[in-house]
Amino acid sequence: MASTPLTYLNHEHSVASWLLTKDHKRIGVMYLVVVTLAFFLGGLFATLIRLELATPAGDLLSNDDYNKMFTMHGVVMVFFVLIPAVPAILGNFVLPLMLGAKDVAFPKINLLSWYVFVIGFLFTVYAMVTGGVDTGWTFYTPYSSRASNSNVMMTGIGVFITGFSSILTGLNFMVTIHRMRAPGLTWFRLPLFVWAVYATSLVQILGTPVIAITVLALAVERGLHFGIFDAALGGDPVLFQHMFWFYSHPAVYIMILPPMGAISEVIACFSRKSIFGYSFVAFSSLAIAIFGFLVWAHHMFVSGISVYSALVFSFLTYAVAIPSAVKTFNWTATMYKGAIWLKAPMIWAISFLALFLVGGLTGLITAALGVDVHIHDTYFVVAHFHFIMVGGAVMGFFAGLHFWWPKITGRMYSEIWAKVAAIVVLAGFILTFGPQFILGYLGMPRRYHVYPDEFQVLNVLSSAGASILAVGYLIVGIYLMASLFKGKHAGANPWHATGLEWTTQSPPLPHNFEVQPIVTREAYEYSSQEVTVG
Amino acid sequence: MGDAVAVHGGHGDAHAHHHPDLQHHFDTLEQQHEAATLGMWLFLITEVLFFGGLFLAYMLYRVWYPVAWAEASRELDIVLGAFNTAVLIGSSLTMALAVRAAQTGKQRATVVWILLTMTLGFVFLIVKYFEYKEKFEHHHVPGPNFVFEGPEAGPAQIYFSLYFLMTGLHATHMIIGFFIMAVIAWMAHKKRFTPEWYTPVEITGLYWHFVDIVWIFLFPLLYLVDRAGHFA
Amino acid sequence: MASRVDNLYFFIVAVTAFFAVLVSVLVIVFAAKYHTKDPLAVGQPIHGSMPLELAWSIIPFLISVVIFAWAADVFFDLQRPPDQTIEIYSTAKRWMWKFQHLDGQNEINELHVPVGRAVKVTFTSEDVLHSMFFPSFRVKADAIPGRYSTVWFTATKIGEFHLFCAEYCGTSHSGMIGKVIVMEPAAYQAWLAGGVGSGSLSQRGEQLFNDLACNTCHRSDGSGRGPSLVNKFGAPVELANGTSVAVNEAYVRESILTPQAKLVAGFQPLMPTFQGLLSEESVIALVEYVKSLRTTGGGGPRTASEPSATAPATPQNK
Repeated sequence: MASTPLTYLNHEHSVASWLLTKDHKRIGVMYLVVVTLAFFLGGLFATLIRLELATPAGDLLSNDDYNKMFTMHGVVMVFFVLIPAVPAILGNFVLPLMLGAKDVAFPKINLLSWYVFVIGFLFTVYAMVTGGVDTGWTFYTPYSSRASNSNVMMTGIGVFITGFSSILTGLNFMVTIHRMRAPGLTWFRLPLFVWAVYATSLVQILGTPVIAITVLALAVERGLHFGIFDAALGGDPVLFQHMFWFYSHPAVYIMILPPMGAISEVIACFSRKSIFGYSFVAFSSLAIAIFGFLVWAHHMFVSGISVYSALVFSFLTYAVAIPSAVKTFNWTATMYKGAIWLKAPMIWAISFLALFLVGGLTGLITAALGVDVHIHDTYFVVAHFHFIMVGGAVMGFFAGLHFWWPKITGRMYSEIWAKVAAIVVLAGFILTFGPQFILGYLGMPRRYHVYPDEFQVLNVLSSAGASILAVGYLIVGIYLMASLFKGKHAGANPWHATGLEWTTQSPPLPHNFEVQPIVTREAYEYSSQEVTVG
Repeated sequence: MGDAVAVHGGHGDAHAHHHPDLQHHFDTLEQQHEAATLGMWLFLITEVLFFGGLFLAYMLYRVWYPVAWAEASRELDIVLGAFNTAVLIGSSLTMALAVRAAQTGKQRATVVWILLTMTLGFVFLIVKYFEYKEKFEHHHVPGPNFVFEGPEAGPAQIYFSLYFLMTGLHATHMIIGFFIMAVIAWMAHKKRFTPEWYTPVEITGLYWHFVDIVWIFLFPLLYLVDRAGHFA
Repeated sequence: MASRVDNLYFFIVAVTAFFAVLVSVLVIVFAAKYHTKDPLAVGQPIHGSMPLELAWSIIPFLISVVIFAWAADVFFDLQRPPDQTIEIYSTAKRWMWKFQHLDGQNEINELHVPVGRAVKVTFTSEDVLHSMFFPSFRVKADAIPGRYSTVWFTATKIGEFHLFCAEYCGTSHSGMIGKVIVMEPAAYQAWLAGGVGSGSLSQRGEQLFNDLACNTCHRSDGSGRGPSLVNKFGAPVELANGTSVAVNEAYVRESILTPQAKLVAGFQPLMPTFQGLLSEESVIALVEYVKSLRTTGGGGPRTASEPSATAPATPQNK
């Protein structure tokens, strides 16, 4: 074999060189490892939930154990998979490359953010193995502060710590984008992934501290019997909900904006043309980030807020849907008169479009006050957010992962298996969560361990779908792992894509670029003169 | 995205005029400095949101329970609070002077001013300790041992919950500040700072000023609720 | 009301289905029509179109406004019970629903109501958050400790219908279910008449009022140290601090549990608190008693069969 070129993977091999690395690429890979572990843990909890719900009776798990399952599924998936996945894995790896920079602004803080993430995860896992937590990932008071007998404080501490990882990542990315763009890389020449990550960083910085203080207040109330949410003292349990959702609603935009950014990259590349309406897509990311802070009480329409508050929040919720619609239309228009190259990332991206569409549109239903009174806290809502979070965010993550995998690892995975997996996941997903819309409108509440017989058929369909979905994800894991050993070596630019990250070798050098790139072109300038082929 | 038109090599390779404090991923000291200060400002914004949640809860309950708020606030020692306010403002002054000293290359003065800042901070915390002790003795710490005369006991307990949370969080930030200042003082002692590069002193200053500003809000909100003798 | 909710729902479903199908079809058509296997082919560099951007921003926004307005209209009516309703009180506690009828019947996890008459349930929680959910009537509201919530409905069919708790409340959350038993009016009257042991709800309240010596200060002729409570419910009252407040269920409850919170003008803060001394059901009985103190014709305790809950005065919105 010819002498292997220097890459960020092979230039140092010791464990210390990984655990003490300041290289954003290695940190991205380390996040990938932990997030994948978390995904499997959360998936295990989901498996147990769907197994239990295949029958109306509570015959697999006890009441309390079931309640712990859905709680821990939510906590793990929200805080340890969905929030970090695209920003901390793909963002960390790709952002400096896209900007033509050698690293992020604060590499040591980047490494710190990974350690904080791991420590938060360990606290949370510890809480789970020493008894679990059963409050629901939403931790509503007074149940969480007064009544639950589970490890609320330990889980709260884990979430509190992990929040700082998100804050540090957002802070790092924001400064990097402001201060470390290559010469000639003006704002409107940036790839849309960068706009998406920037908007996400805004939300991470402004929103995460609020969940931190909320969880801290809850922990203090529970552990020291302070009484901020205690009705017996004159406190307001609903105040917790306001504080909690002030972060947790924008949090869903942390989860969806970066995958949307990845989708923009994939659709541009595999339509071989610029994203239609570039500035509209860029500004829509900012609009979503900002408006996303104004809609939190749409989770509380029946929680005792006034009718007038409900009106305002419902209206604003429709407003925040518009930028997402704009993106979807622009992506579709991009494909018009494109040269559509149906490789695996594009298949994942198209699946994303279908599922995100349904998820987003069902948000119009939940935002409708008169309907939400009925469907709030039912399986309709569960279906809605899984369509967006799994059908949207996870699919978007996979699209991005499949797109940048050759850059990260230097290897190609099996094209056939990747397409098969995308179809299996799509089919499994629709079967799992489609029936839940119907279940919800028929009245099945969420977080129910046992349910009336009449809901069984739809639940069985959903559980069957879950098994197919699980198989699909396992297939992904297998061929991606296999590619590390048997995959064809990828060149610098196997997808013939534009973007600074594709102008350098795969895997990249430790310091990314031999010479400082200078940008003279607009984003996504596919033209009859072909882009650098590697 | 643009072609990488490779022009002459960037800063990274030429070590000849490579300032020793320039980190390798930055091109110029100026870029590095701007990044550091932007980063610290962004961090301080997160801190505003962090304390903000407590301020929100405070405002809400104050509007709901003005009488309890007035009665509970009068239990705090306004003299000690005012003294502490002056001490902390003084420590911001010494901090600013530390930054100025670093900026003008006066390493020893930098160390002295930082140590003074820390001293004033310690004074603040010692006074705080005595205030907390008094609260403990009067059973004003929320929880099972809380005692408060009169019908406002419930909301008063909420007031004290917020009092301890807010001042406790503030004190925690001060303690973290001490650790940071100790490191900076040590670096100044080792003559690490120059007029071209004193960024760590500057961003420590930003952090400490923020801690001071939080207290400037806490003092009137917690201590001065109803000192004029009449309430709305 | 339920059919209004359904109509709205299916309208929105139709709109969303339209857009979902439209976009999906376009995506699939484009993927097929413009498909290439040549990795060096490029697409047509169309950068954008302001008219299109405006169109697909404004049109969805207008559609959203329509949906919002229609939904808000339904919501207003869901949140505002009609004037004449049968009143039921309820308390939620882990893990059961307790219902109290005005006539004094208590039910647990079951609620008997007559068909065709508007029913309003006023409820609170004794411990953590719960949520009263009647899927067949498309209504739901959270039960919050320290507050009263209401739902109202008019059952249009005879039969048994689900009651679910819809806010997670711990171990037996999914066991905190019950049923609404909708009866013919005659059968309902018969049910009301049988099994009344301890008197109507307001009679219970009157009993408590006397037992706890409320009547020593709150004399009906106004000569006591506290205000007379006759004819007070439903009207505003002036407070010592100059503001005024409506005398509703929440105010009566608050005055029993934290009497100094909203002191009536002209009276001294002498009333002791009953916090911790009364269950929520007892508070409800007292509230109902105060409501019943009227000198206008038809005074005395209100019952479920009272003419005040006659054939619906307003045409029911179904």
